[in-house]
Amino acid sequence: MKRPIRDRWRIGLVGWLLALCCQYALAVDPLQFASEAEAQRHQQLSAELRCLVCQNQSLADSDAPLAQDLRREVLDLMRQGLNDQQIRDHLVARYSDFVLYRPPLNAATILLWFGPLLLLLLALALLYRAIRRQQQVTDGITDPDE
Amino acid sequence: MKRVLPIIIFIGLAALLTAGLINAPRKEIIPSPLIDKPLPDFTLRRLDQPSLEVARDDLLGQPFLLNVWASWCPGCRDEHQQITTIAASGLVPVYGLNYKDQRSDAQRWLIQFGDPYALTLTDPDGQVGIDLGVYGAPETFLIDHRGIIRYKYIGPLNARDWQQEVQPLVLQLLNEARS
Repeated sequence: MKRPIRDRWRIGLVGWLLALCCQYALAVDPLQFASEAEAQRHQQLSAELRCLVCQNQSLADSDAPLAQDLRREVLDLMRQGLNDQQIRDHLVARYSDFVLYRPPLNAATILLWFGPLLLLLLALALLYRAIRRQQQVTDGITDPDE
Repeated sequence: MKRVLPIIIFIGLAALLTAGLINAPRKEIIPSPLIDKPLPDFTLRRLDQPSLEVARDDLLGQPFLLNVWASWCPGCRDEHQQITTIAASGLVPVYGLNYKDQRSDAQRWLIQFGDPYALTLTDPDGQVGIDLGVYGAPETFLIDHRGIIRYKYIGPLNARDWQQEVQPLVLQLLNEARS
């Protein structure tokens, strides 16, 4: 039996939308991966590298021309047999630690890493002192009653 | 003490944040790790004669400026007068690195605005740009006679920064090259 004309229209529309999505995906990243594993590793690496033009985006997210170039560079380096750390080092040597979303632990970033811990300790110390004082006050009130 | 402590903390925090605001470098400036490192190796075609290749070592021997530019880059047009002035002074050679550009567009740009460069090399796919840590044009590198990158200026170079920052360093490098 022939499908009603409206159904065929719907199927056509869905197909057209799917085709549009595929085209968009291809337009964003023209890199050709040899395998699913390679694509996944590439995705993981570029997700933790910063796009330098649009600094609030990762390489994986950004559509900037430089981000495309660097994604291609990351793939080239992967195919040259470099491991993840070597690839990160390669980019850091050119673009500084700035290219990393996870900042390394060094003299310049020590406050960044341990600042929150220091603040937490300070807050705990203040809290402890406040509680102690509170206790002394209540002790002072209840003591004469006993 | 109890009343004063929050105020002290507040003043301390405010001072810290204000200092951060005042001292913060321009957001878009990323310090280059390539300062005091050798200029990366490359072999690139000339813009005017694509059949001729120029290697990194061909440029060495005296200090020079390497100006990364492109016809699609508005900032490059902004600094073009300044680059022309520097090149015309004859203090140091200014080489151009035409970055991710079409040859015909680049040539038209130079005809339209004038060609200050002693030599322009082409980096059509931006590979040398990546090795140089270029993340936008214009960028200007100062390289000493031994091929060490000594300074990088990011953005359109203006007369004030040239006179106060770059030119003194150029003079120093010229002295180093002589001694």
